[in-house]
Amino acid sequence: MSINIFKINEDLKEFIPQEVIDLEEKATWGNPKRGVMDLPYAKELLEEHSLCAGCPESMAFRYILASLPNPEDTIIVNSTGCTSLVFPHIALHTVHSLFGNQNAVATGIKRTLEWRFPDKVKDVIVLAGDGATVDIGLDCTLQSFFRQEKITTICFDNEVYANTGGQESGTTVQGHVFKMAPKGKQWPKVQMWQLAIDSGCHYVVRMSVSSPKKVEQVVKKAIYVAREVGPTYLHFYTPCILEIGLNSDDGLMEMRDKDKERFKFFEYVSPQAEEVIAKKKEEGLL
Amino acid sequence: MQKLGEELRNRAGQKIVDPEYLLFEAPREKVFMTGSEVVKEAVKRASVDASVSYPITPQSEAAHLIGELWVEGYVGVYFRGESEFGVMSEIAGCSMAGARTITTTSGPGTLRAMENFPMWAGSRLPIQLVLMARGINSPLSIQPDDLEVSFLLDTGCMVWYAENAQELFDMILAGFVVAEQPDVHVPVINVINGFFISHTRESVMLPPDDIALPPYNPYKAPMPPIDMEMPPGRFLRDPFVMKSNYISYATHTSWQFEVRAAIERARPYIKKYLGSLIEEFGDPEADIVLVSTGTGAAQSKEAVRLLEDEGVKARVVKLRTIRPFPINELRQAVKNAKVIFVPEFNVVGWLEREIRRYLYKHSDAEIIGGPRVAGGMTMPPEIIVKDVLNYLGKEVKHVY
Ligand SMILES: Cc1ncc(C[n+]2csc(CCOP(=O)(O)OP(=O)(O)O)c2C)c(N)n1
Ligand code: SF4
Ligand SMILES: [Mg+2]
Repeated sequence: MSINIFKINEDLKEFIPQEVIDLEEKATWGNPKRGVMDLPYAKELLEEHSLCAGCPESMAFRYILASLPNPEDTIIVNSTGCTSLVFPHIALHTVHSLFGNQNAVATGIKRTLEWRFPDKVKDVIVLAGDGATVDIGLDCTLQSFFRQEKITTICFDNEVYANTGGQESGTTVQGHVFKMAPKGKQWPKVQMWQLAIDSGCHYVVRMSVSSPKKVEQVVKKAIYVAREVGPTYLHFYTPCILEIGLNSDDGLMEMRDKDKERFKFFEYVSPQAEEVIAKKKEEGLL
Repeated sequence: MQKLGEELRNRAGQKIVDPEYLLFEAPREKVFMTGSEVVKEAVKRASVDASVSYPITPQSEAAHLIGELWVEGYVGVYFRGESEFGVMSEIAGCSMAGARTITTTSGPGTLRAMENFPMWAGSRLPIQLVLMARGINSPLSIQPDDLEVSFLLDTGCMVWYAENAQELFDMILAGFVVAEQPDVHVPVINVINGFFISHTRESVMLPPDDIALPPYNPYKAPMPPIDMEMPPGRFLRDPFVMKSNYISYATHTSWQFEVRAAIERARPYIKKYLGSLIEEFGDPEADIVLVSTGTGAAQSKEAVRLLEDEGVKARVVKLRTIRPFPINELRQAVKNAKVIFVPEFNVVGWLEREIRRYLYKHSDAEIIGGPRVAGGMTMPPEIIVKDVLNYLGKEVKHVY
């Protein structure tokens, strides 16, 4: 475990900002049972965020980071988009490289860390938008599934290219009018979770991030299964309140609405993944 | 690294030696090999951690052979990626995670991968790319042509150019050593002319294969590796500064300058490990100078010999590096030149452009861009001879 990299030299402590000292003293390290219940007490790994006020992506970030079972040895690879502006605030080793190459970069990192640290568990996670995952990066996303890379891929589906000002994406629903689809989208929403199953993912979930506890459960399952079996995929609805014209306190209701329809909870577990999940439950880790 | 008695050994069990010993002092034996085979021999002695491959002629064989080294335990990570775009991102991931990395590509592969090269440089990844130059589409061609190099000149990567298999071998080893210097730490692209070097056999002097370069130490890099083993715990690679404010503009700009400055700082290391950024050939008094790279330089040397038979004194200045560009070396080498020819393997004359840029107001010589061949043509020395004789107003009789 690499908690040491958060330890501050005693002689320098007086010059270090409190929020950095808190990372050493009040964040939950070395405890796989950490979770969203720690949020009110523990120091979060996300310092602040630069998303729109009330953006559900900010909730998703907080729940996911609170649920990582092994943050001291977790690397997150990101892509360009609204999410990437958050990454400088995350207290982990993270990467932003190009728009759409996130699963390729993560592959290289995961394989190299396995080679460099054969006796350590290093979790590699990809976290990117729908444009990055399903459109421009689809090739890299699916190919990493085909190759059975031991990576967890998380897609923040806001059904739009938000960061560039609201253009239609592959996950936009048919008929919705966005920029670049001025007559409404002409074709159906891409069922990315289904593609993930067909491409070899062992644990796949589709849902919104309306329930923190549920996010914790699926994130932990996805990471444990990726560690031992192969690729896992989480498809989260994180609506872009700005582009669909909602107020900053409307995000949660929007997600709860969609929990009843196109983001109704869906989970796929492969037989090998079942075994891992059962084992982790026995160990009290799920 | 494991300690065995007095000796340090790498993970393949080879004895670790100083780069200087490996490059200059170790006894060498003569072998007869293709450029592709030489890539394998260099990688075998380079303590390489990771390589990612994708098929494209003429670089495929070199990539296959690196795969054999992986099977034999000399390379830690090896696989075929989905496309050159994917491969260059995968190798970037390997490098970010602390691996010494090498990959290979050619022509359309280079262009498919293009977005990655400035990202490598900006993320300060000392990745080595062996580029076996071939024509780019359209029309489709698999033949030698080095137009693709012109696209790479401003990516922030070092660009070196090897004349033959021997130089390729030495440049691959030196490439790792120079690119990984903490005050350099940018990618290095080692170019050869595809087929002419990759697919032809020549004699090459190789050191023994039970010695190797010291392994890469990612903890000496100017930026921490992405492995959660080194402070700071909060670290984003690359430095994401995309905010719309003046500080972010200034940060981006200074970062771009710094990547170029890093290439400049490579100069003394290149001199140390390659000998010089240029090589001069022929009568130093000659005022007819052929400035070229790679196979163009090899053919120019042959042309100098033929010109001697015609009673014409000429010489060659071969550029070993294009980035950093050997500015002072070139200016010094063409000080007394009356005319400079720039033989090239492409239609645009990117090397001529470079030479004109750096000689502007530093040389009175007439600069003639050519001769040029492309699309798979060879460059017989006779066509260089012919251009020189024509320029001198001499009868062209021995050239057919
Ligand atoms: C190669 C390339 N093409 C296009 C862009 C422009 N671009 C940046 S972010 C973005 C939208 C990202 O959309 P998504 O992945 O859905 O993330 P979101 O912003 O919606 O969270 C686009 C198109 C880019 N940076 N690089
Ligand atoms: S533009 Fe949309 S997705 Fe991006 S931060 Fe704002 S609300 Fe969130
Ligand atoms: Mg989006």
